[in-house]
Amino acid sequence: MDLSEDAEEILENLWIRDEEKGDPTYNFTSMEAETKNRALKELSKFNFISVSKNQISLTEKGKAEAENVVRRHRLAERLLVDLLDTEIGLVEEAACKLEHAIRRGIDENVCILLGHPRVCPHGKQIPKGRCCRRGSTKADKIVVPLSQIEPNREGKIAYIQTKGRGRLQKLMAMGVTPGMPIRVIQRFPSHVFQIGRTQIAVDEEIANEIFVVEYSS
Amino acid sequence: MTRFRVRKRRRFRGGRHSPSGAPSGLKKIALVGSPNTGKSVMFHNLTGSYATVSNYPGTTVEVSRGKGKLGNNEVEVVDTPGTYALLPITEDERVARSILLEEKPGVVLQLVDAKNLERMLPLTLQLIEAGLQVILDLNMIDEAEKLGIKIDVKRLEEELGIPVATTAATSRRGMENLREKILNYCRTEPARKPQYNLHIESALEKISRLLKEDYGLSRRAIGLLLLQDDHEIWERIKAREDKNFTQIEKVVEETRQKYSQPINYIVNRKRVWEAKQIAAEAVTTPPEFKTTAKERLSRLMMNPITGIPILALVLYFGLYQFVGVFGAQTLVDFLEGQIFEGYFNPFITQLFETYIEYVPLQELFVGEYGIITLGIRYAIALILPIVGTFFIAFSIIEDTGYLPRMALLIDRVFKKIGLNGRAVIPMTLGLGCGTMATIVTRTLETKRERVIATILLALTIPCSAQLGVLFAIMAGNPLPLLLWALVVVLVFLLVGSLAARLMPGEKPGFYMEIPPLRMPKISNVLMKTFTRVEWYFKEVFPMFILASIAIWIGQITGLFDILINVLAYPVQWIGLPSGAATAVLFGFFRRDYGAAGLYDLQQAGVLSGIPLVVAAVTLTLFVPCIAQFSVMIKERGLKIALAIGLFVFFFAFVVGFLLNLTLTSLGVQL
Repeated sequence: MDLSEDAEEILENLWIRDEEKGDPTYNFTSMEAETKNRALKELSKFNFISVSKNQISLTEKGKAEAENVVRRHRLAERLLVDLLDTEIGLVEEAACKLEHAIRRGIDENVCILLGHPRVCPHGKQIPKGRCCRRGSTKADKIVVPLSQIEPNREGKIAYIQTKGRGRLQKLMAMGVTPGMPIRVIQRFPSHVFQIGRTQIAVDEEIANEIFVVEYSS
Repeated sequence: MTRFRVRKRRRFRGGRHSPSGAPSGLKKIALVGSPNTGKSVMFHNLTGSYATVSNYPGTTVEVSRGKGKLGNNEVEVVDTPGTYALLPITEDERVARSILLEEKPGVVLQLVDAKNLERMLPLTLQLIEAGLQVILDLNMIDEAEKLGIKIDVKRLEEELGIPVATTAATSRRGMENLREKILNYCRTEPARKPQYNLHIESALEKISRLLKEDYGLSRRAIGLLLLQDDHEIWERIKAREDKNFTQIEKVVEETRQKYSQPINYIVNRKRVWEAKQIAAEAVTTPPEFKTTAKERLSRLMMNPITGIPILALVLYFGLYQFVGVFGAQTLVDFLEGQIFEGYFNPFITQLFETYIEYVPLQELFVGEYGIITLGIRYAIALILPIVGTFFIAFSIIEDTGYLPRMALLIDRVFKKIGLNGRAVIPMTLGLGCGTMATIVTRTLETKRERVIATILLALTIPCSAQLGVLFAIMAGNPLPLLLWALVVVLVFLLVGSLAARLMPGEKPGFYMEIPPLRMPKISNVLMKTFTRVEWYFKEVFPMFILASIAIWIGQITGLFDILINVLAYPVQWIGLPSGAATAVLFGFFRRDYGAAGLYDLQQAGVLSGIPLVVAAVTLTLFVPCIAQFSVMIKERGLKIALAIGLFVFFFAFVVGFLLNLTLTSLGVQL
């Protein structure tokens, strides 16, 4: 049975409180008392939380579950921003809804589709899922980092997620922009690829920041 | 987006009665474009003087200016550094934009590689947006034609609303037509301007209304740069818009909040999309390209299995055989041994001794370290053949487009020493002249890289003058030569990786355009070599004359004897005869003096075996010459330059000491 959205909301906030030094006094004030109690009861029933001295903490089991909620939320954000061009003002709300819809393994499909992104659009870590640890990339028409594409394969740049903004700017100025068709020439010692009539060499790090929809052969 | 379908085709009229293009008003033409579009050759065509033609992004660091004739008017032509976009990242791009902002050129001539038109159109769109008088010049049209690419120039003019010309600058094709278009500049309004996302457009409108001052670019362009967080423009606005500044700030902040991606990303996507539409209208490319022989060779160069042997061959023939053997031995022997020692020196010495009786003055000109007998003799008989052959080899390698391929091969190694593949240029150039190479470190992206490269150039990279002499000393003796090379490479890697660990700062990634390989053009190679040798003689040679004078003064006053006596201690500690102190001291004035000093010692038979290797290593590492040191001060600042100088001074002796200790205690026989 799936958790209710409210229960998931609580899990998510507890996880952020514990793992990312979020608000330490988080106490679900935004929820109505009745909803809150129902959700907490639900979580206790699954043994996800323990309550002692007015302090609610995540159990081991609860922590794993919470991590998955956070993961789904941030994957949802990625999906909305990168592939659906959603305006930032709408992302949060849509992601909150979407995160509940991509349970039971759908998150893995989204994750594979997006090429196992490591950070959300706000720059926060996305917890790894089973698919990331397996490194599975098998799915139709997927987005993968440029570094993983075999020589002579072709694709289209889906999005670019660079560390620094200057680098993004430079890459775009050289013609490395979303939507451009791309063909990989070699992968070692540097990654060389062709865009239009231009060949460009980049290092491993940058090749990991350019995400490409690979054409099936 | 049906806007582009329904829009009426603009008619472009090239005519003398154009409203905006009054020829009499034309004073200045700015050449703009990304690297490798042939700007330097175009500059030469328009002005008659030459700037270095480069295959490597960013070699034209300095701005070239020249005068040219258009019809009856004299115009100034400015060659701006390579630029990919109006939003600058590198120093080069900043310079290029400053020229556009401040010098208000009458015509901006954008050069593009006709083979790559679509990729270069975003810059065209930005220039148009900025309200500049742009002419688009499709250069290298011959190469595009060879590939079967067809470009409809009329259509392109209609799409963009600006004049478009086609040229092949290297063969001067299309120059007349281009001149005509510049002279009768005409732009049909409205030129093509991309419409951006709703929020961006409304922000641009607001900003345009709020801006009160003139910045040399259109308000729309300024607004876009502000939205893209351009620091320099922000500074300018802050300084000049006192009333509306906070309001502008607010508009930008609000707009930025609306997007999850940097606005730069969104704006750029739009421009690329627009460029694609335009190219789709005007350019026809043949569907499939067969892999050409050049492309196959290029792949071999980039694949490490074949690429590293090719690199070794290039270094062996280009550097060792051509510079080390042909330049430093055959040519030097001829010039030095035959011409100077046989004819010139005896003659000039005779002359001075006959007419000038004052001995110190004789010494100044024709003495052991005289300006003529040593300074000029070295310059012409030693430096010219060595540096000249090096620059020929380097220019050939550069003109073929091999350097970027070398960069991508070596990137992983260079990462370990805190640099990246990009640094291959200054490092290789350092094998020719450390002074020039230190200037070229400007093309590196971060201060951290520039400092590391400067250290390595000062410490480990021997210049061609030094290399030539060292090769000559150790010629026919592979073991010492190998040992020397091994130690120097080890020190290079060791100091590099230490510097990489100790130096704070960001580590920029490696990305580089790989231009197609091409046959080097003899005219290009000659011009490049000539420009560099000319630079060398203008910048470095006077230093050498000064050095001769300094040595002369030092000798007359006895100052040098004191210094040599002091230096004799560390020299002896590292197991060298005390006579080597002279070589060490002179090595600072000119690296080749130092090496040549060793040459004399070796010829005299006092230097061989282990001490020879130790001396060669120590002198290679020992402080850079006076010219390089002064450039270090100019480029890196006095503090850093002094710190590097001191470090190098002590480090060279420490390495010499350890090397001597190791070799003697191991009982190595050389």
